[in-house]
Amino acid sequence: MSDLDQLVASAEADFSAAAEPARLEDAKARYLGKDGSLTALLKGLGKLPAEERKSAGAAINQAKQSIESALTARREALKAAQLEAQLATEALDVTLPGRGLPRGSLHPVTISLDRIEQLFRSIGFEVADGPEIETDWHNFTALNTPQNHPARSMHDTFYLLGDDGKVHDDVLLRTHTSPVQIRAMLAHTKRHRDAATMPELRVICPGRVYRVDSDATHSPMFHQVEGLWVGEKVSFADLKGVVADFLRRFFESDDMKVRFRPSFFPFTEPSAEIDVAFMSGALEGRWLEIAGCGMVHPNVLRFGGFDPEKYTGFAFGMGPDRLTMLRYGINDLRLFFEGDLRFLSQFR
Amino acid sequence: MQFSESWLRSLCNPALSNQELCHLLTMAGLEVEENEAVAPAFSGVVVAQVLTVEKHPDADKLKLCSVDVGESTPLQIVCGAPNVAAGMKVPCARVGARLPGIEIKRAKVRGVESHGMLCSARELGLSEDHAGLLPLAANATVGEDIRKHLDLDDRKITIKLTPNRADCLSLSGIARELAALTGAALALPEIAPAIAVIDDTRGIQLDAPAACPRYCGRIIRGVKADAPTPEWMKRRIERSGIRAISFLVDVTNYVMLELGQPLHAFDDAELAGAIHVRQPTPGEQLLLLNEQTVTPSADTALIADDEKPLAMAGIMGGEHSGISDATRDLFLESAFFPPAAIAGKARALGFSSDASHRYERGVDFTLQRRAIERATQLILENCGGQPGPVVEALAAEHLPTRRPVTLRSERAARVLGIALPAERIEAMLKSLGLAVERVAEGFRVTPPSFRFDIEIEEDLIEEIARLHGYDNIPSLPPVARMAMMPASESAKSAMALRRQVAARDYHEVVTYSFVEAAWEADFAADATPVVLANPIASQMGVMRSTLVGGLVGTLAANRKRQIERVRVFEIGRCFRRETGAGPVAGFAQPLRLGALAAGPALPEQWGTATRRVDFYDLKADVEDLFAPRRLEFVKAAHPALHPGRCAEIRLDGAVVGVIGELHPRWVQKYELGGAPVLFEIELPALLGTPFPAYAEVSRLPAVVRDLALVVPQTQALAPLLAGLRAAAPATVRDVALFDVYQGKGLADGEKSLAFRIVMQDTQRTLEDAEVDAVIADLLAMAAREFGASLRG
Repeated sequence: MSDLDQLVASAEADFSAAAEPARLEDAKARYLGKDGSLTALLKGLGKLPAEERKSAGAAINQAKQSIESALTARREALKAAQLEAQLATEALDVTLPGRGLPRGSLHPVTISLDRIEQLFRSIGFEVADGPEIETDWHNFTALNTPQNHPARSMHDTFYLLGDDGKVHDDVLLRTHTSPVQIRAMLAHTKRHRDAATMPELRVICPGRVYRVDSDATHSPMFHQVEGLWVGEKVSFADLKGVVADFLRRFFESDDMKVRFRPSFFPFTEPSAEIDVAFMSGALEGRWLEIAGCGMVHPNVLRFGGFDPEKYTGFAFGMGPDRLTMLRYGINDLRLFFEGDLRFLSQFR
Repeated sequence: MQFSESWLRSLCNPALSNQELCHLLTMAGLEVEENEAVAPAFSGVVVAQVLTVEKHPDADKLKLCSVDVGESTPLQIVCGAPNVAAGMKVPCARVGARLPGIEIKRAKVRGVESHGMLCSARELGLSEDHAGLLPLAANATVGEDIRKHLDLDDRKITIKLTPNRADCLSLSGIARELAALTGAALALPEIAPAIAVIDDTRGIQLDAPAACPRYCGRIIRGVKADAPTPEWMKRRIERSGIRAISFLVDVTNYVMLELGQPLHAFDDAELAGAIHVRQPTPGEQLLLLNEQTVTPSADTALIADDEKPLAMAGIMGGEHSGISDATRDLFLESAFFPPAAIAGKARALGFSSDASHRYERGVDFTLQRRAIERATQLILENCGGQPGPVVEALAAEHLPTRRPVTLRSERAARVLGIALPAERIEAMLKSLGLAVERVAEGFRVTPPSFRFDIEIEEDLIEEIARLHGYDNIPSLPPVARMAMMPASESAKSAMALRRQVAARDYHEVVTYSFVEAAWEADFAADATPVVLANPIASQMGVMRSTLVGGLVGTLAANRKRQIERVRVFEIGRCFRRETGAGPVAGFAQPLRLGALAAGPALPEQWGTATRRVDFYDLKADVEDLFAPRRLEFVKAAHPALHPGRCAEIRLDGAVVGVIGELHPRWVQKYELGGAPVLFEIELPALLGTPFPAYAEVSRLPAVVRDLALVVPQTQALAPLLAGLRAAAPATVRDVALFDVYQGKGLADGEKSLAFRIVMQDTQRTLEDAEVDAVIADLLAMAAREFGASLRG
């Protein structure tokens, strides 16, 4: 082994032995520094005869390259080791919980109302809103409710006291969302009064309603969604199609049974109650009353500004509270209005 | 309407099981609500006759009976019932019988063999009566199965009738409907008019003919009022939900159930002169059968004699003229009172009667004579007596009319979405007892006297749909012309807003729109809220004018459940009187968003210091809900809120809400533990969101300088910040507060506000000297206008 080879071997050994960057730099100085052994060899080159100088110079340069690459390799290795060590000390307990603000929740009935709105929007229904203190005319008269109908009594309907301390009989807390139907029809027929044929009216009206009733299954305030479709060719068969499809989509249950059976409401004729039966779960096979519906009564169409000879329509009303109870298996209506966070926070 | 199934089947008996029958009725609009067996399942019980009763040799209270069960040899049965007596007929459960809960075996009772059990009503599950054996009729056939003897395989069916179907408030009506639905034969009772054997009558005078267009009366003399009601009749009326009382009462109820015609029986001896149907005299009083004394209103009709009022027409009889066991002579009333004359009257007095229930919905106005003859027939059969002739007073012009209604087949097809052949329509209508005539447009249909609900074409279309079966009308997917339903980019939906609020850790609540009056006074200083005339409870007496009460109430309720950190929101209407237009004149009904937070700002968690939620936490929430629009918060006063920690929220100069900490007074009164922070905002203000306005982005470097100003502690940030922004030249892109400091290094009563000033030009790089000059100008302005100094 030549001297040069030895020198390279020695440098490589020294570099490997250097356990930290400072030691490595010391070792580098011993070979490549101002007074380093390789530097000394390069300096001695001038003393050699000209014919030897060329080959010796090449040999020394090659040795220098070898030493420099050994140095670089060692530097990289030390840096990598150092990073490794740093990363090890920085390791986290990834199983500790995340920090910050959690998320709140939507009221379960709101979630249902949103689903209902989305489903009906998808077939072209708009959403309408109306006042909760309502006129007797919109709530009863325009909905074809006879003057002496029991629903109009203070036993069933909340009335207000006037400034004089006497009962106002022309305003009340709406007992259903049906008066919004009347408002929507009047607005529609007014907007299109000059049209030869009015465009169809498709609207749903969600909201709070009030009745004098309070027990485990009745709340004096509850929710309702009213739906209305008026046009030139709207039939009971369409009503069945729309409402049954809605119920199956709402409950995400294609095999759910839906039945329509004759009933009576002053504002529709023919009228129907809608029952559903689930094909699985705790309520399997039981008919559950879920909504009322029917073809809009000609008097109601007339009050809304439509000619009942030219236009027909259907309307339905359902209770989102009950839909929500069935969907989530909630067993007590009162939970919706008690604001218990242990209940509400389950609906994120 | 409750009725006995076997009674119904005696009138119309289609080949349907009980379940099928109930389904059919439900699907025809007579919704079956209850369908209950009259007796539990049991077997092996027969009619038996007790032959002899002897003392048990070893037990004082037991008796040894010899019992005939219809076999050659009597059975020996030990019995402990106090009423057991030789000769009586009783139910006997034979060895092998299965009763509710037990099986009867041969047994030794105190050493004596017993071959069966004599039964009480309770042991058969028929009632709670356990006082003694159930005595059976003397003419009962010994050995007959008790289920057959007492018709115990019968069921009680209750249908929920809609108010338009008064015609089904009787067994005959339901049977008629059933016959129409199934085609089964209808067998209504044969009623032969009784031949008058006496001439006695009472005159009848219709002084209020609109309230009573028809009144039939008959005297029956010499009845045995104490005759017992036959068991079959008792069973039928009791299984139809009416208690059996005495024969004469029971018979009127029986006929009412059978035919639908309410009857009234007066004790003829109590009557003086003629019968008058008249209006009450002013202040006239009447003691009713239910022991209620009423002063009938002027529009109520009374039944009276020459001297005194006897009954409220069609509603309830009077206490003094009714029949009793002592009654010998009877005056029977069978009258027609139109719905308009009766509707609401009983309810106004706080009760309902079987008669008023029927009259206000509509009784067949041709039925009165038939009903009085039916009652007479049953009375004569059961307790004898001599009938007089029926006297009928009639004001025909006040009877309801039945106008023909035109039905067009194509209209029916259009409304129902299914075309039915004319023959089928005609057949269905006829089966319901409607008179049908073919005319050019379709049909001319005249409803019968028992239907009060057929006045327009739709009423007939409904009948067709009902008989055809709603199930048999197809469900069609909707067909309509499509049109896009655009939602503006500048409009946020209330649902999107709810999600945004929930994303900031609020839970949505729904609280009542009616609240305690105290909440309105405390949280809205509202002394004249909108008051309910008939609240369900006093703490739900007034309409809320603010959401604050419901939110505070929710907090208090959750505090009681040991939940410390409460963050809730509600979107709902508030109500106040306001003159002027709106959808309902006199009332403003704005929709608002309210939110409340109490307890720790963050849920307790590692690595984060716990602190209470404060004003600024909620302010950030409000700012987020409105972002990117900028709000102004102006110190304000609000009855619910801490006077020093309350601000109006302004958007474009208009007040859109309020934010603050609950007043300590209310924190104490409502026992909230710590003060919650809350805000309430008008919903429409939250639902707009500006269309983004693009501004060019500079490619040149920005210069950032910090400027810390020392100002008096009382200096509000907003005017200072507004001053800095106003004084800054166009090259200043942003001035923002980034720190507030008070304490060491500053004098008492001083604070330091540190601002970060970002400068940038879109065309050139800013020079240092230029930047320094801007900062110096801003400082000079702050010193001049706000007494600020640079923090050293």
